[in-house]
Amino acid sequence: MRLTLALLVLCCVIYPAIVWAAAQLAPGHGEGEQIVQNGRLVGFANVGQQFDKPQYFNSRPSAAGYKADASAGSNKGPSNPDYLREVQGRLDTFLVKNPGVRRADVPAELLTASGSGLDPDLSPQGALVQVARVARVRALPPAQVQALVQQHTETSLLGPDHVNVLKLNVALDALAGTR
Amino acid sequence: MTTGLLGIFVTYGLTLLLALPLGRFLANVFQGHQNALDFLAPLERGLFRLAGLDEKREMTWQQHLLALLTINLVWFVFAMVVLCTQGSLPLNPDGNPSMSPDLAFNTNISFLVNCNLQHYSGESGLSYLSQIVVITFLQFVTAATGIAAAVVVLNALQTRTTDKLGNFYNYFVKSLTRLLLPLSLVIALILAFNGAPMTLHGKQQLVTVQGDSVAVARGPVAAMVAIKELGTNGGGFFGANSAHPLENPNFATNVTENVALALIPLALVFALGFYLKRQKLAYMIFGVMTVGFLALLAPTVYYEMHGNPAISQMGVNQALGALEGKEIRFGAAASAYWSITNTVISCGSINSMHDSFMPLSGLCQLLGMMTNAFYGGCGVGLLNFFAYLIIAVFIAGLMVGRTPEFLGKKIEAREMKIAVIVTLLHPLLILAGTALTAHLFAGSPTEYAGWLANPGYHGFSEMLYEFTSASANNGSGFEGLGDNTPWWNISTGVVMLLSRFLPIIGPVAIAGLLARKKVVPEGAGTLPADTATFGVMVLAVIVIIAALAFFPALALGPLAEHFSLY
Repeated sequence: MRLTLALLVLCCVIYPAIVWAAAQLAPGHGEGEQIVQNGRLVGFANVGQQFDKPQYFNSRPSAAGYKADASAGSNKGPSNPDYLREVQGRLDTFLVKNPGVRRADVPAELLTASGSGLDPDLSPQGALVQVARVARVRALPPAQVQALVQQHTETSLLGPDHVNVLKLNVALDALAGTR
Repeated sequence: MTTGLLGIFVTYGLTLLLALPLGRFLANVFQGHQNALDFLAPLERGLFRLAGLDEKREMTWQQHLLALLTINLVWFVFAMVVLCTQGSLPLNPDGNPSMSPDLAFNTNISFLVNCNLQHYSGESGLSYLSQIVVITFLQFVTAATGIAAAVVVLNALQTRTTDKLGNFYNYFVKSLTRLLLPLSLVIALILAFNGAPMTLHGKQQLVTVQGDSVAVARGPVAAMVAIKELGTNGGGFFGANSAHPLENPNFATNVTENVALALIPLALVFALGFYLKRQKLAYMIFGVMTVGFLALLAPTVYYEMHGNPAISQMGVNQALGALEGKEIRFGAAASAYWSITNTVISCGSINSMHDSFMPLSGLCQLLGMMTNAFYGGCGVGLLNFFAYLIIAVFIAGLMVGRTPEFLGKKIEAREMKIAVIVTLLHPLLILAGTALTAHLFAGSPTEYAGWLANPGYHGFSEMLYEFTSASANNGSGFEGLGDNTPWWNISTGVVMLLSRFLPIIGPVAIAGLLARKKVVPEGAGTLPADTATFGVMVLAVIVIIAALAFFPALALGPLAEHFSLY
């Protein structure tokens, strides 16, 4: 009993306090990396958000509707017929919204929901396949939009290449604003 | 494709590289030899003085178990009170409500037994106070309990005759101060500097670029996630566990967390070699575990990297593998590796949704939990393996016509009975639980329609997975299951309780009984336990007991689904 009390102090007061104090020195001061646009907080770099309008690079489907206080995956099994119909539906919608794109160029991530429902990233291919649409809607030269995607492609030593959708779209807004 | 595999090799290599020296260090700590963290001795003496305990008093195996069970009971009562009243306690910036009694019972048991099955979602189900003093606290102390029990068994297996097996509190406290706390601190800092939050502020309200209003959940995440992995607990801060971008922000943290959860189970195997001065035996055990691990890993990585055939038929590009329920920053290969390390080791944290994996990957995850001894959880993995070892020694002894012996001690009827009860308990709990539930569901599918997220074979797999996870004290789930109902809360709660304490009590009792026996000198007729031949024997025992018992159930679930899909 007394051991429990002593350990509560050690594990639940001293240990978190040290971590908390050290985290104040970390980028974001233990609050997460914040993204500011025009002086307004618009999101956290690591937390994905909904982008479904044509003038933005769209993020992946989300079983949580990008509600950042209710993370969830779809938990659909690979052979579930309702689920496969849903995926087919997403593919058809994508092809309508992005005329000229071939099926074989659509990466599966744009048709499948992530594990957290808050995936902040796309693969490079997932962003590149949307370049033509975004450039057309924004009346920007496609080459310039494509260059922007390449600029925002993050590589890591061992992990897959990825593009942070929020940072990309904030940069896109800035690019369109300067013209 | 190749970077995916490279990531797996590097992660596993890093784990091994750290586990070997850690094993030597642990053997030194628990034998009381000089070690690098001796400067912490005054802190430990202070703790013992505060608690009024004499850490030098030698205990028999019965006294060890009594101490273990008593202190667990104290934690249970304490956690129950906090969970049921958290709504009115401080450190609750988001105003989350208190838990219902059946949910609190399930949550409490789940964390008390190092299982960490979660029938709630962290963002809305717990206050920050509960996250720290219940969840984080239990994650520390239950891991230390498992390690302490394993040390008691090691102590008993030395070649001598005694019933004095060291002091439980001594092993327990040193597991915390010399191992879990220092390593957690290192891991928590790595996480915090890579973007995991560590704050007491509540949700951040904001309007997104596109103009949607969202509330971003945060909290004291970094400190909790570190011990969640290290202590093979697995219960996440957020509902999505380590798939959540704040709990596991990038590939580097993914590798860190994945190494952390496998570190102690591997190190304990090597510690056994150093502790008993029988390193060949440790390598034999490590070899058997690794063969089992690789046999489950290879098919999972293969199927995940090749994607869902039903989606390939639509003509889209699946170069990155099956991505339903997976995150782009980890990719299919690292997610597959994570899912198998987390099921063979009873950690059960997830970085992708197991429910959406290909059927045979799901089968490998299930088998990892059904055997539950390929590395296994903090301390308890070694204990489970010990039970299999005893059975293998007995069968091998019968085959060559000698009295079965293990490390110079005769194995007799009493030890055998305990070992068999422990190993058969696991299939009994899983299969009986699943059968009962499937019967209920079949009786009135409309009343229980909320249980299953998927129809057909996969729905059966969801129920099977839940009981397997509970009984293996794993805690991951096919999370499509609607499991916050009184039936699931209470039934899995009972399963978790039985399957934690009996597999600790059994091996400790066997070891205690063996320790009291006379040492039989090794002769020409002795069956050596540290050879490859015996390793094959142990593997065969594990396959026969664990895998075959479950074959019919697996055939109804994942196997049937596989053949319907391919």
